Amino acid sequence: MSVSRFWRKIPQRYNLIGTECTTCGRYFFPPRSLCPDCRRSGKIVDHKFTGEGTVVTYTVIRSASDQFEHTTPYVLAVVELDEGPRLTTQVACTPEEATIGMRVRSVFRRVAADGESGTIHYGTKFVPVE
Amino acid sequence: MRDVAVIGIGCTEFGEHWGTSFRDLFVKAGALALEDAGVTGENIDALYVGNMSAGRFVEQEHIGALIADYAGLASNNIPSTRVEAACASGGLAFRQAVIAVASGMEDIVVAAGVEKMTDVGTGASVDMLASAADREWEGFAGATFPGLYAMIANDYMHRYPLTREQLAQVAVKNHENGARNPIAQFRNRITVDTVLSSSLVADPLRLFDCSPITDGAAAVVVVPLERAREFTDSAVRVLASAQASDTISLHDRRDISTLDASVAAGKRAFAQAGLTHKDIDMLEVHDCFTIAEICAIEDLGFCKKGEAGRLTAEGATALGGEIPVNTSGGLKACGHPVGATGIKQICEIVSQLRGEAGARQVDAEIGMAHNVGGTGATVVVHILGA
Repeated sequence: MSVSRFWRKIPQRYNLIGTECTTCGRYFFPPRSLCPDCRRSGKIVDHKFTGEGTVVTYTVIRSASDQFEHTTPYVLAVVELDEGPRLTTQVACTPEEATIGMRVRSVFRRVAADGESGTIHYGTKFVPVE
Repeated sequence: MRDVAVIGIGCTEFGEHWGTSFRDLFVKAGALALEDAGVTGENIDALYVGNMSAGRFVEQEHIGALIADYAGLASNNIPSTRVEAACASGGLAFRQAVIAVASGMEDIVVAAGVEKMTDVGTGASVDMLASAADREWEGFAGATFPGLYAMIANDYMHRYPLTREQLAQVAVKNHENGARNPIAQFRNRITVDTVLSSSLVADPLRLFDCSPITDGAAAVVVVPLERAREFTDSAVRVLASAQASDTISLHDRRDISTLDASVAAGKRAFAQAGLTHKDIDMLEVHDCFTIAEICAIEDLGFCKKGEAGRLTAEGATALGGEIPVNTSGGLKACGHPVGATGIKQICEIVSQLRGEAGARQVDAEIGMAHNVGGTGATVVVHILGA
């Protein structure tokens, strides 16, 4: 991912900032600049999520692209945030720990890097809630 | 709108063609289709080519012109258009050709698909295929394409009665069919144990749940039905051409285990053709992973949610079964050159309806093709009739 492409979403990726449509009250993460329900009549503002959520489904990635190969195996999940939206994320736990319905919370982590000397991509992962 | 017919088909062998270039794969399939149709290059009014990612697989864009050029059609100056919808590119190219002919804009049109995937390493191709999903918010987190389908499988198995063995039966059945298909990448029979003892790719999916990396091309010739007789006595009619979209990301779907775009495209196709499920004699569905075939059979309405695994294990989808699925071997055994797959599905149905499918021949007069892009963000469904 190019530096500018990563950089422009740093607030969203680092701090789990999505959007909210104040017309209908629906939350979006990943952020959307157009509400699918209200479309042009929707008013979109930023919203910081609490980071609490539940694992909807998951897998353990054993074979990855070159960028992620050195971190396999890792747990990848769809997490539903308590505010409603769902996102795709890694869960920092062992493959054996992962379950559907597991409660998780967001943490700031290193996600990937563009090769040995490229940009380090930090972002949000989730960890099990004790 | 005019009725449309397929009058010629051509397909290269699917596999790892180290010695054959992107353009030569296409030329081979195109020549086979034209010969089969009994038309010459001068007759062709337009060309549509499905291709997912030549830009990344062989660092070549502008595929429409390249293909027309190397097919010897540059001096005819015909319109040639590349169509892209990830793994549904081929089905979509066929749909564009059907629309062009049905509308009356064009008469003799070639719809083709081509993908050359083995010029890059596995890691690079895993990364490219992930761009069929949302690069910014799925790929960034480390999602692979098998990983996304594995999350569908886990959700499905959590909610419905599907055993790991039943899932493996999909691959066993498709290899059995592939073994009877001279163009298939894998012509070896396998057992449930082969699948269950293969390495894990993304839990619960193992290597033998996944379609392979493949080079290949396929082409068909479509004309208005009223002109089909000029060329052949065995024209196959296009009874329906439907397409639907959904969210690009799996996480935004209404239901993780249901491809709503498959449901929508299937319903539209049945309505267009004025047919019901009982009228369909065979299905070519998009089994990029074993779980995808299970979902496809259900989402197209051939059984209720949660039943396709049992039906597969009982043999209902095998060659002699109630509704044969993926007689070609499917993406799993025939191979999956991404942009070519949707056209190969059409080739398989035409060859079955003409009674030319040899050792895998089924008794069929009407067939349905189901081609998926990404994890279900695009679905194209066609119904063909003898």
